[in-house]
Formats: sequence, structure tokens, C-alpha cells
Amino acid sequence: MSDTILNIENITKSFPRVIANKKVTFDIKKNAVHAILGENGAGKSTLVKILYGLLEPDEGNIKLNNKDFKVNSPAEARKQGIGMVFQHFSLFDSLSVKENLILGIDEKMSYLDLENKLENISSRYNLPLDLDAPITALSAGEKQRVEIVRILLQDPQILIMDEPTSVLTPQEVESLFVTLNALVKEGRTILYITHKLEEVISICDTVTIMRSGEIIDTSSTANQTAKTLATKMLGQKLDDLKTNYEHIKDEVNFEVKNISCDFNDPFLTDLKNITFQVRVGEIYGIAGVAGNGQSELMDILTGENINIKSGSITFDNKKIEKYGPQKRRDLSISFVPENRLGHSAVPELSLSENILLSQFPKNNFIKNGIILKNNVDDFANNVINEFKVITPGNDAKASSLSGGNLQKYVIGREISSKPKILIISHPTWGIDAGAEHSIRESLIELSQNGTSIIVISQDLDELIEITHKISVIYDGNLSKPFKTSEIEIEKLGLLMGGKNE
Amino acid sequence: MNSLFPSIVSRSQSSGLMNFFVPIISIVLTLITGSIIFVLLGFDPVYALYTFFISPISSTYGISELFVKATPLALIAIGLSYCFKNNIYNIGAEGQLTMGAIFGGGIGILFHDTNAFWLLPLMIFAGAIGGALWGLIPAILKTKFNTNEILTSLMLVYVSLFILDYLVVGPWKDPFGYSFPKSRPFSESGRMPLLFDGLRVHFGLIITLFLIFVSWFIFSKTIFGFQLKVSGYSPKAARYAGFNQTTLVFFAFAICGAFAGIAGLAEVSGPIGLLYRDISPNYGFTAIIVAFLGRLHPIGIIFASLVIALTYLGAEDAQLFLQIPSAVGFIFQGLVLFYLLGAELLINYKLTYKKLL
Repeated sequence: MSDTILNIENITKSFPRVIANKKVTFDIKKNAVHAILGENGAGKSTLVKILYGLLEPDEGNIKLNNKDFKVNSPAEARKQGIGMVFQHFSLFDSLSVKENLILGIDEKMSYLDLENKLENISSRYNLPLDLDAPITALSAGEKQRVEIVRILLQDPQILIMDEPTSVLTPQEVESLFVTLNALVKEGRTILYITHKLEEVISICDTVTIMRSGEIIDTSSTANQTAKTLATKMLGQKLDDLKTNYEHIKDEVNFEVKNISCDFNDPFLTDLKNITFQVRVGEIYGIAGVAGNGQSELMDILTGENINIKSGSITFDNKKIEKYGPQKRRDLSISFVPENRLGHSAVPELSLSENILLSQFPKNNFIKNGIILKNNVDDFANNVINEFKVITPGNDAKASSLSGGNLQKYVIGREISSKPKILIISHPTWGIDAGAEHSIRESLIELSQNGTSIIVISQDLDELIEITHKISVIYDGNLSKPFKTSEIEIEKLGLLMGGKNE
Repeated sequence: MNSLFPSIVSRSQSSGLMNFFVPIISIVLTLITGSIIFVLLGFDPVYALYTFFISPISSTYGISELFVKATPLALIAIGLSYCFKNNIYNIGAEGQLTMGAIFGGGIGILFHDTNAFWLLPLMIFAGAIGGALWGLIPAILKTKFNTNEILTSLMLVYVSLFILDYLVVGPWKDPFGYSFPKSRPFSESGRMPLLFDGLRVHFGLIITLFLIFVSWFIFSKTIFGFQLKVSGYSPKAARYAGFNQTTLVFFAFAICGAFAGIAGLAEVSGPIGLLYRDISPNYGFTAIIVAFLGRLHPIGIIFASLVIALTYLGAEDAQLFLQIPSAVGFIFQGLVLFYLLGAELLINYKLTYKKLL
């Protein structure tokens, strides 16, 4: 049973500025769930992309079942028995499940064959699917099921799963774990990429920990705890964060009242009577599974969309629902949307230039339409130093930074202007644990200095760690707030799944 | 052993070096392809290339002509960069040029017997207004009705050409012109001053260099230039920053139209001296190639305008000395654009030879 299926030997891959994988060597046992744990930029994705034929290693060998394994494309990798489910789904939204499945497989197959095979797969692995449903009608969990089934149709020996639970509700996670267990029982091997420590312990048999492109440790998960794993992954001890309610004032400074918004677009979620209040110094969390109106709400909170049907937003006794982003910044409201590349930052521009995207009245960046480059550079350097952004300098392009570093930079840019309220969406989405920790710390510190913060996030752990109150958004409806210190996870999970009894 | 054919691998960061070399690579490939075409036509490629590219500029007069042709190309191209940087595909500069010529030329015809220092500045101003107004039409259609500016700006080119046609055979026809389709000549003070005696290079060159300098300043030093750039790279980031994209579209079209209008006026009040049907050998379209060959950079555009201007001169010489149709000039322009777009791949991708086992 403990045969090795994959030997990875001395894999090295370097990019112009970094060595992403440094002599990576470890074995993956057959018939097990093997986790790869590491921060972003630790080299997990590079390694996986090499296995899946998307990148070519500079050095090293891979052996699959003791035979040399070398592929130049995902199609070849699939042919050799390696399948992968990506974090971001690659499905055609406007096509049906069946059409997506047919399109995704390499060999020719009739609908009839497909249906037969599918019935088998669905029942064996707890993967029910409605073949005729369009992808848009599916939840994230169902979409992931389509992705998994698509790969299983090609009967892979090894299934690579990249952060599979990041968009799932707690209930959907449970059902995914049932599927994974069924797959392993059948003799398949799962390579499970994650940054969630609890998952490693509860579902994985073996864990390989990577840091800065190197393997730190490969061991059984049997006698590991979340703490020991985290220490190995980060190479430093994390401080425990505690929610502190003392500094919150009773005064409400941001109030959203009965906001409704219709989009007439099947791809967008209409907002229904959204109401909430944020007090001075409070961190207000909005939880929910992706696609339940979060980005639509964010656009309305930032002023990027001011076409609301009804309702009002009040800040410091001013009605601001018709103000655009710049007018809101003038009132000392700052925001960080979810997407770094191309929304809160422009990848093609330098870090200095990216400062200019978000200007507050106090910043002295422009005089008579001319950019005061020295002031902008000073501000950029300040953000880089204060928030420990790793970069060669303020003239480096935003695209050259890792996700975590760029996010630290963007959040640092907003915090440096000492806003009265910060509205932030998915502050630590897709970034490494180190950056995640430092971002959460700076948000807590900011709130203690009297800034109100609204955090929209799918990451429940994050919301529980930093917020004072949490509501759940589901299908454009926002639940009543719960005090974070008294909250029950099961209750939140049910609300996120749309069950409100 | 390496495989025979290179494979395309994406670069982790776009190459600054290639950004510089791509125009040069495309010019070299154009020359090679050009020689092959000459050989197929039965000419000695060295002699043909010499006739095409060297002999036209081997005299002072030739160099002056090069600048005469490069002036409108560079001026329109720098105007187009305001649009292209903002990801607006205004390809109607030819129409904006024509409208500039009509507005500015109209003033020239109105004051055909006036000689005063204010006449030329007034004509230049009117030319800029004419071009800008014509440019604003697709801007309004784009922002109000979400139409595609490529189609509307292009169609407006033909509208403007017909208006010019109508004017020079109708109301603005020269009463002493024996019914030729042309207007009265402008008065002496309505003409662009010549820079050197006996050469056609004119004051429009100075205006062009000045506007290129101003544009360089706007692109690199002002918040307006920054907004254009951000809005071009990522409309979402521009919205996040609170930049008014409608205003940016209007400004980009108006500036581009104004520059093209000035170029049109400079043509009719410079080398031509009156209005008639064929005031521009497609400068407005060719300037698109100039803008991209110059990578939307002011210095690049100056060099690119000289290279493309040379294809115009070369085509004339080739027709004269080799009896090749002057359309060969357009073939060269097309080749440059073709290779340029192809070579752009190298900025974000590289070719590598994969090792075979």
C-alpha cells in the first residue's frame, strides 16, 4: 500500500528575479492525500505547474511509477494520468454542464457514453450533477464538482487540487471531503495544495511544507497540530490575535439604510434592502459565499456604482450615496476592492505611480495638474518601509510583486492617509500567511486608532479573527449582525448556505 | 540536441529591451521582404533599395521633402497617441485632418485678399477647432450610445471627404479657376512661412516639434497624462481612482482631432496654398502606423515619421526610375505594420529551443 507513485528529485526552476523551486525533492505515496503547504511565493504553484506540464523545470527529474515523467502540456499530463482542479474555475458560464464536460475532455466521446460514465462517477464519488443546468445557475461548490468530474472522466491516477475549499461553504467542504476519501479508497492519489492548516490535519495523510522555494519538511500529519505546521510554514511564531471591544465608541459614523439595486443582468446579484451601521472604531464583517452580491455591494460602498434604486448611505451626517469615489475620498473614506491587478492597482505601472490612484485631500501630490514626483516617491517609500513591502524600489512595476506584497502595498497606501473609514474587500485573498498576518494586524491597529472598517470576505476564519460584528450576505440580502465573540460557526454556515430559520 | 523549431514561452515580465528593438526588427524584416519582392519583379535588389531609400534623401531638396512629408505624419501620430494610450481606437484622423483643412482653409478663402499678421494664426486656430469638432462626434456617439469608435470615426472620414468635394466644386470654387475643382489661392499671409529659401519645408515643422514637446510633458508629468494611461491600461482602476472616463474620451478625441486639424491646415496653407480634392495622400491613416512604430512615445514618433515619410518619397522615385507603380510605397507601409504587430509578441513572449531527450 505504501508504494511511491511520484518521485520528485532535485527540481529547480528559476525566473529572472527569483528561484521559485530550489532542489525540490520528495516522494508522494500512492493511495493517499498528500498536502503541499506553504505561503504564497513559497513555490507551490510553480511545482504544481511543472507537474501539470505548464512549466518546464530547469533541472531535476520526476518519476511516475518509477518511469521518467516529462510532459510539455496539460493534455500530455492528463494522458499520463495527472489531472488538476484549479482554484479559479475554467468553465464556460453560458454553456450547460454537459457541454462543458464534453469540451473539457481530450478524447472524442458521445453524449451517451458520457452519460453512462457519468452516472457511474456520480454515484461512486458522491458527485451529483444536473447535466442540463447552465453553469451560471450553479453554486461554487457545484462548479467545482463539474471540474472534478471533468478530470475524473479521464481516469487520472493523481488528482491535483489547488486550494479547493476557498470558495465553499462549510457544508460543501464536508461533502468534498467525502468525495476525496472515496477517491483515495479507489487507489487514487490526491495532491492537495492549501494554506488552511485545519484541513491538512483533518483530511491529509502526509504533508510537505515549502518555504521560499525549498522543502522544509515532509512528514505524516498524524502527530502535527495547526500550531506546529504554522511554525514550520512561516519559520516564525505567530502572535495570537484577540478581539478587543473596548476602544469602540457608541457613535455610529457610517450607516447604510435600505439600499436596493436592480441590475437586470443574470450575471449580477440584485441587492435587496441592505441595512447596517458601523460605529467609530468598529470592524464590521460581511461574510458570504462568492457571488451573493458582495462585489455589487462593494461598488455601491465605494461609489463606483451610484445608480441605486432606493436607500441611502450616511457618513458623518452627510448623504453620500450619489458621491463618486473621489468625492468620498475627499471625506476621508478609503477603499480597497478585491482585485489587486487592474482594480486597486495597475500592474503595468510602477509602485510610485500606483500611489496616484488614490488621493486624499491631505496628500500633496499635484499642483496645477502637474505631478509632484518627489512627494509621490516619498509617500511610496514610506509605505514600502512601514508595511515591509519586499521590492527592489518604488520604480518596480506592480506586476513584479507577489500577491501578498502588492496587497500590503495597496492597503498601506490607504492606511497611510489615516482614513476615517476603510472599506475593504477580501483583504487577504490569495496571499501568503505571513502577509495575511501582518495585514490583519494592521487592520486591527487601525481600528484601535479610531478608524471604522468594513471587511467583506469569504474567509470566515479571517472575519472571526479580526471583526467585532459579522453579518452574512446571501442572494443580495444581508442578515442582522452578530457579535463576533458570541458567534456560532454552524449558524453562520447555515446563513451562508441560505438557510435562515 | 535541440528541436528544430522554437517554442513560444511567456516572459515573467515584459521586456524593456524588446520594446526598443521591436520597431528595428520590423524595419529590418520589411527591408528583407522588400528585396525579395524587387528580385521577383526582376530588379537588382541593391539598386532598387538604393533608389527607394537612399537616393530620395541624397540631396538637400530631398531631405527638405522628407521633413515636409514627416511633419503631418508626426503631428497626427502624436495626436493619435492621446487616443491610443487611452485604448480608444480613433482611426478617423484623415477625416479630422480634412475638417481642419476645411475650417482653416475656409478662413483663408474668406480673407483671400487680406494680408495681415493675424490671418495665419486664425487659420491654424480654425483648423484645430474643425478637427476637434469632427473628433468629438465619435466621442459623443461612444459615450452616449456606446457605439464602436472604430466604425464611426472611419465612416466620418468619407463624410468629410464628400463635404470637401462639394465645397471645391460648389460654393468655394475658384471663380477664375476655369471650373477646375479647386478654391481660390490663399493670400500670402495665409501661407505657412518657408524655413529656407527654395525648399518646401515650412513653419508647420516648428509647430509639430512644439506640440510633440508639449505632449511629452503632458504624458510624463501631468495628472491628465496619467489618467489617460491608467484608463487605457485598466478602466476598472480608473473607475476606482474616480477618474471621469467620459471626460477623458472627450479630451482624447478633441486633442487628436485638433492636432490632425492643424496638420490638415498646415498642408493646405503650406505646400498646397489652396483647397482641392486630394489634399492628403492618406496621412491620417498612415499616421496610425507611425504612432505604433514609434510605440506612442514622442521621440519614437519623430523617428517613425521620418521612416514612413521615406516610403512616400521612395515610392515616387521608384515610379520615376524603376517604372514600378507608386503603390509599392503602400506595400512597404503595410509590411512595416505587419511585422510590427507580429514582433510585438516578443515583448511579452520569448522563443526558446526545447531540448529533445
